[in-house]
Amino acid sequence: MPCAFAQSTVDEIAKYRAALQDGNPAELWEARGEALWKQKRGPKQVSFEQCDLGLGAGVVKGAYARLPRYFADADRVMDLETRLVWCMVKLQGYSEADALKNPFGSGNEKKSDMEALVAYVTSESRGAKMNVALSHPKEEQMYRLGEKMFYFRGGPHDFACATCHGEDGKRIRLQDLPNLTGTEGAQKAYTTWPAYRVSQGELRSFQWRLYDCFRQQRFPELIFASDASVALTMFLARNANGVAFDAPAIKR
Amino acid sequence: MNGRESLVSLALLSITLGCATAPSSEEIAANAAAMLKSSFKANGQASLDRLKQDETQALCSQLAGKPPSKEVAARIEKINRDAIKYPADGKLLGDWKNGEKIAQEGRGKQFSDDPAGPVGANCYACHQLAPQELSFGTIGPSLYQFGKLRGYGADTQRYAYGKIYNSEAYAACSNMPRFGHSGILNEQQLKDVTALLMDPQSPVNK
Repeated sequence: MPCAFAQSTVDEIAKYRAALQDGNPAELWEARGEALWKQKRGPKQVSFEQCDLGLGAGVVKGAYARLPRYFADADRVMDLETRLVWCMVKLQGYSEADALKNPFGSGNEKKSDMEALVAYVTSESRGAKMNVALSHPKEEQMYRLGEKMFYFRGGPHDFACATCHGEDGKRIRLQDLPNLTGTEGAQKAYTTWPAYRVSQGELRSFQWRLYDCFRQQRFPELIFASDASVALTMFLARNANGVAFDAPAIKR
Repeated sequence: MNGRESLVSLALLSITLGCATAPSSEEIAANAAAMLKSSFKANGQASLDRLKQDETQALCSQLAGKPPSKEVAARIEKINRDAIKYPADGKLLGDWKNGEKIAQEGRGKQFSDDPAGPVGANCYACHQLAPQELSFGTIGPSLYQFGKLRGYGADTQRYAYGKIYNSEAYAACSNMPRFGHSGILNEQQLKDVTALLMDPQSPVNK
């Protein structure tokens, strides 16, 4: 009875995931991120406490649950990382190249300040209801571009995001795949990133999630904080509206 | 305001907004092209030409998850069927044991993969095949007893080889990669995977 066995394997994986919830190392990233947020940094020696994530300068509480959004000062729709880069350049005086380098850490070898900042800011939206607006025309446009990107098939394997995330109840090997075209699937997936990945010993941001999906799609490398990354984030964040954000989470 | 009225006023509102501000489909398409160009960079074997769509990829992307119309499906299946190249020696079945290895192998073509390293078909990611392998995905149908259920005749062999070579020839906008058409597997590998499905001795048919 291979199917029965496979089902019990899936159950065991679910138990393993439940056991992981008790004590999440993501807290280490959150604490480091909070310190970085408050530290005077960069050539101008300014802290992020002057950085406006959309709810006013320095307001972190609940900010992530409303991102991405249009920022008039930049005349651009930004996700959290894009906005942090903007603040690093405009407020703290970093060069754009310096602000963009090292977006993802790799265990103990290389720590990423960006991922720590993302852990801290997102943790301050835990419990906040996802509420991403499409009220500005550029927000609407970004959402539609994200939808286009989601269905874009390319590369040697003809893969799009939708190839794996377009139907309910599918899996790759034994890994369940969220259907990101439906509200429930998008809510469950989007509100549980960032996550501490046990298999990698790393806190992973949503930007990383997208980067690594495209790697597996056999696409060229998704550029960190690029328009396509923001557009897809907009598409998925908006589709997740209505439920409480619940991350940083912990995942296999 | 009742439900119908609010729907009508919503529709009017969206038309008004549509005229004033919302981007047109042409605008979105132009911006999508610019977005693609600025958002990816070549990394190792994954060069930017992977973002240039052929007709099949472009047509299927435009559907945004909906099934193709009869006409579009016929067009896609025809151009892909015409492009199938069957082996010159006429033999379609290789070694099912190698086929099983290829079906298990998930590496190949990612920018993180060694370009000189193995390239697999990763069949088990999406399909059930040999019953001994319990870790299989469900994006595609179960292929357990593929040959046993359909018979081992020449026509079925040709269908199986063609489907692996170019899935779009038989099911327009299928999720399955075109393993021969897109140069993922070589001819011997295609024969080996066909044997995994079609050899009576293969565990798939036990």
